[in-house]
This record gives sequence, structure tokens and C-alpha cells, in this order.
Amino acid sequence: MDLKCLFKPSTMAVVGVSTSQDNHPANVIYNKNHLRYPVKTFPVNPRGGLINRAALYKSVEHIEEDVDMAVIAVRSEYVPEVLEQCIKKGVGGAVIISGGFAESGNLALQQRIIDIAKEASFPFIGPNCLGTYAPDYVDTFFLPGERIISPGKGNIGFVSQSGGVLVDQMVKFAGQGIGISLAVSIGNKACIKEADMLDWFDKDVETKVITFYIEGFEKGEGREFIEKAEQCSKPVVILKAGKSKKGVEAASSHTASIAGDYKVFSEIMKQYCVAEADNEYELTSFCEALSCYSEGMNGSVGILSLSGGHGVIAADACELHGLSIPVIEQKTKDTIKGKLTPGISGIVSLVNPLDLTGSCVDNDIVTSARHLLRDKNIECVLALLIPYSPGVSTDIGAKLSQVARNEGKPMIAYVPNEDKYKIIIEGFELNNIPVASSVEGAVLMAKALNRCRPC
Amino acid sequence: MLEKEGKTILENSKELGWVLEPDAKALMKLHGLDIPEFILTNDFESADKFLNKSDCPVVAKAVSKSILHKTEHKAVVTGITSSEQLKKEVMRLKKLEGCENILVEQMVEGIEVIIGAKNDFQFGPVIVFGIGGTSVEIYNDTAIRMAPLKPEDVVSMVDSLKAKEIMLGYRGKAGVNMEVLTHLIVNFSHLIMELEKDIESVDLNPVMCTKDKCVIVDARIILQ
Repeated sequence: MDLKCLFKPSTMAVVGVSTSQDNHPANVIYNKNHLRYPVKTFPVNPRGGLINRAALYKSVEHIEEDVDMAVIAVRSEYVPEVLEQCIKKGVGGAVIISGGFAESGNLALQQRIIDIAKEASFPFIGPNCLGTYAPDYVDTFFLPGERIISPGKGNIGFVSQSGGVLVDQMVKFAGQGIGISLAVSIGNKACIKEADMLDWFDKDVETKVITFYIEGFEKGEGREFIEKAEQCSKPVVILKAGKSKKGVEAASSHTASIAGDYKVFSEIMKQYCVAEADNEYELTSFCEALSCYSEGMNGSVGILSLSGGHGVIAADACELHGLSIPVIEQKTKDTIKGKLTPGISGIVSLVNPLDLTGSCVDNDIVTSARHLLRDKNIECVLALLIPYSPGVSTDIGAKLSQVARNEGKPMIAYVPNEDKYKIIIEGFELNNIPVASSVEGAVLMAKALNRCRPC
Repeated sequence: MLEKEGKTILENSKELGWVLEPDAKALMKLHGLDIPEFILTNDFESADKFLNKSDCPVVAKAVSKSILHKTEHKAVVTGITSSEQLKKEVMRLKKLEGCENILVEQMVEGIEVIIGAKNDFQFGPVIVFGIGGTSVEIYNDTAIRMAPLKPEDVVSMVDSLKAKEIMLGYRGKAGVNMEVLTHLIVNFSHLIMELEKDIESVDLNPVMCTKDKCVIVDARIILQ
């Protein structure tokens, strides 16, 4: 199945556009794409009529041009017929927004659309979904643009079984300045499933990290997914819902009772180096870190701070998340000590976490970061940059980024997410160094890199 | 491939829904996994002969189609050293519901581990390994991997346990033989792949591990 038509369409039909209801999902989708996206959009309704002075097509088959994809937002009982028209017209694929299928007990109707599509090798997303959002290409979410906060173009691919979670995560991504390559709500996943999306994203040059919100797999589907994840050349991140132990108590063997659904899921993800985020907050941190660094590490972190307290908070969080804070080499300490501003060499603490105190200046931070990164015991440096003291300049982000790039090891920064520090944050982010808005967030980013194999 | 003998065992157990301990162990032995020296008998005399020949205490267990969980039915007696004790216990076990035979085996000591398998709905066959015995669910110190396993999966399973140090040797006590354990678990995982269509879950619990060997002391196979 070629999914290019679905995710990067040049032309699109929206079936179900209403002449009377402005808030109808099809109208919202038609309007936003027609007015704001490069995709050429055709409104369709079997009854015909006008929308915004443009004529509605009575069927996709009447559209004069080739149609890459169709968004279907009609009542469920009409979906099979519309699907057949799309296939006849030679449409490349469909997003079926309509609900009223397996999720409401209508298994036979869902099977019918599966059979129709299968026979024609016709790919579709959904039913019962929000569809796709690809910045710069297309947006089939039936939510008015003014109501949602959409992240810009970036390199995270996101797939969700839940439309609501997907939109909410988009808002979180946007808040952290994380961009996406494509977001897909797969709904009932009657045709396109997680494993298909892994294939697509693995080949998609615009995607660097592949992220899933998963509620559950069908029989054997987990194995298929994990086998693809193992072959995948990019980091895979998942957030799992439905972790409770239901149905395990009655098991007749010890093994069945220990190996509850969620424990099996979680341990297998770990076995195959899929990064499982515990919650949405962690998911956001993982995505940001992995979009900058796809190579794994064993978890040895060097902490550089300008305040003893921040160093301790970071060290505590590292221990909690399975990261180690190794002792730094004597050579590292001696080199840093020799290069520090004379006034502070008596008050700094040259251990890990390394505390340069609020009296340090840019040069002290840059030198310390450079030699921490050169230390053979350290794989990654957390730079906890509280920009309150007068010796820290607004250039510190850009300066430290160059150090990290030159040394070739990952650096993760913490800078308070406030407008007045934006220049420091951008100094990092524009140089592809991830910035967290809390100390714990920085530790979670390091946790994301703590994976069993590089990609 | 599953031997003919192994297929017969599964075929004969289908009606019951699970495989009796002696048969489950026979199946494991067919695949090169270690089980204790044993005798399956109905009379005290043969059991006594086995005890006298053994250079260690023996264990007596009731083999009954009505008893899936032996501990709860007091169907296992460990540490038998005398003929008198053996006689008393054999007589008692024979009276348990549905008891067809008595399994008398050499008692094996070591670190108790569980090696299990489950046919998971989402992922197919998975392997469980951890601290074994009757309190498995209470400690719940186990690791799970998708079958078939590679040797490095076994290393990472041991590494992920709270009881890792016990496995590797702790305060002067010997740990388990990692080479033997790895071989056992990897082999078992391949056997489970072959049994995918037949089984629901398997418990090898406990498996007694020492610095020299790993011996399957009890085995239970629940069929689909």
C-alpha cells in the first residue's frame, strides 16, 4: 500500500459537506484546507448545492481532476457506497471520520468497508477518527483552526488511537516548541494500523522520532508491531493507556497470574528498545530529546549547575529514573580548576554534580562543560542554567551548543521557560540542543537516551 | 521439531485441559532439559527401593487429575529420609482425590526460580523468569520477554531482578550457573514457540539452580 496519497496529497475531496450546517465536521475540514492549505480541495454532497458560492460535487466521480485522497464524513450507513465511488474514481486513499462502526457494536458494517477496501488494495484511516495533520500539507481534524493550538513543522511522527489525546498532545508539543512531521489519529484502525505507520515513518525523511499512543493491540498485532520496531532505524516512543490488572486474578498458573497484559507489554517494549513514557509529560520530553539525539547511551550523566540545590535535585531525579552520576576523573577536575576565574576557584565544588556557584561567568561554564564532556566516565551532560546571576550572558546558550557539537556528546539544558530568557533558549534550540523547562524535564530527556541500542 | 512422543503426551492430555506433572516433565526431558531422578509407582515397595538407592532425601507427590495445585491439597511431601516416613506419606497420598500414582523423586536443593511461558493475546508466546516457589505472586520479582529468546535476553532478565545478587552469588553463597540457566531458558523458549498452538501457559516452578545445574522440580502445562 502506498500511503503517499494519504499523507502528502495534492488534491482532496471532502465528502459530506453540508449546505446548512457550518459546524458539520466536513465543512470545518473543507474550509480550513480550502482556505489555508496548499492541497486543492473539492466539496462533495450527493444532494449538490452551494457552499461559500462554490458548487458541491454530487459524487467524487464527478470531480474533473485526479483525487489523491478523500475525507469521508457521512453517516456510517453511507460509507460503503462512498468508498466504492472513491475506488471507481481511482482515489489514492481515504480518511473515514464517520463513527458508528466497531466502537458502537457495528462489527458487520466495519467488516464490510474492510472487505471493499481490501479487494481494491485501497488504504484508509479510521473509521471513527480525526484523521491526519501534516503541517504544510493537509489537516483533516474536524476542529476549527481557531480552537486548537497546532505545532509547526518538525520531525516527530505521532500516531494515536485516541483523537482527543492526539489533539491534547499537539497542544503540549506546541507549548514546548516541538514540531511534527505528521500526526495521525487511527481510530478503529480497521485498515491502517500502528505497524503500517511504523513502515511509513521509517522511510519518511521528514521524521526522526516515531511516537505512539496505544490503548491495545488485537490478537497477535503486538508481535507484528514489535518485529517492525526492531527493524526500524529510528527511535520509537510509546505511551500506553489501560494498565490496570483486570482479568488476571482468575489465572490458573503462576505465570499467567504474574504476566498480566500491561507487564507483558511494558517488558517487551523494553526488550526491543522501544522507549515507554510513563505519562504525557515524559512523552514530550522523550520526543524532544530523541529528535536531537538518536543514539543510545548507558546512562552516565554529568551534571553542571550554578547552584548546589539544582545539582542535588537533578541527582535525585537521575537516581529515580535509573541514571547514574559517576565520579569524574581527577584529570577533569585539575583541568577545570586550572582554567576557572581565580575568584571562584576556592568556592566551586568540582565533583559530580559540579557546582560553579552564582559567581561564575560564561567562560567558567563553557570550560567546565567542555571538560565534563571530555571525561571518559560521562556520556551526557545536563547543563542546569539558571540565568539569574550577572556573570551569565545571553550568549550562553549558543556558546554551550558549540561546545557540545564540537565534543560530539549529548548535552541537555535546563532554562526557565520565560520570555525574557528566550534568547538563551533559542541559542540552544536553534543549534539542536534540547532545552527543558524544569530540572526534572532535563533528567527525563536524559532518560530517553538511556536505551539498549542505538538507532 | 516436536517428537512423536511429545505430540502423544499433548494429545492424551487434551481432554483434561492440562498435562500431569510426570508427563510435563517427560516432555521437558525430551527437549534436553534436566529433571530429577524419579520413579512413578503405585506401591510402597518400589518407592522404598528407590529411597534406599538414593543418596539424598526424596520427595513424594500425588499424581491426580483432580489436583492442579498440589501445595493447596497437601499433595507434596519433601525431605523424606526413612522408610517409615515414606510408608506413612505414600498411604496418605494414595487416599487423596483422584490419586492414580505416586511420583517419588530425588530431592534437589538450590535457588528456587520460576521459568514460565504464556501465550499472550497481543504478543504470542512470552517467557517469564524470576524468583520461584509458592510465593511467586507475592514477591512478583520476575522479568518477561517475547519468545524466542536470545542468550543476551537471559542476561538482561537476571539483571532486571531485585534478586539479581542472589542469582549471581551473594555473601559467600554460590549463585546460579548462568551458562546452564541461559541454555535452559533459550531452549525452553524455542520449545514454547513449537507449542504455540497447543498451550495457554506453562509453569516450571520451582526450577532448582546451583552453581552446577538447573533441575526442573515441578512442571505444569495448561492447554488451550
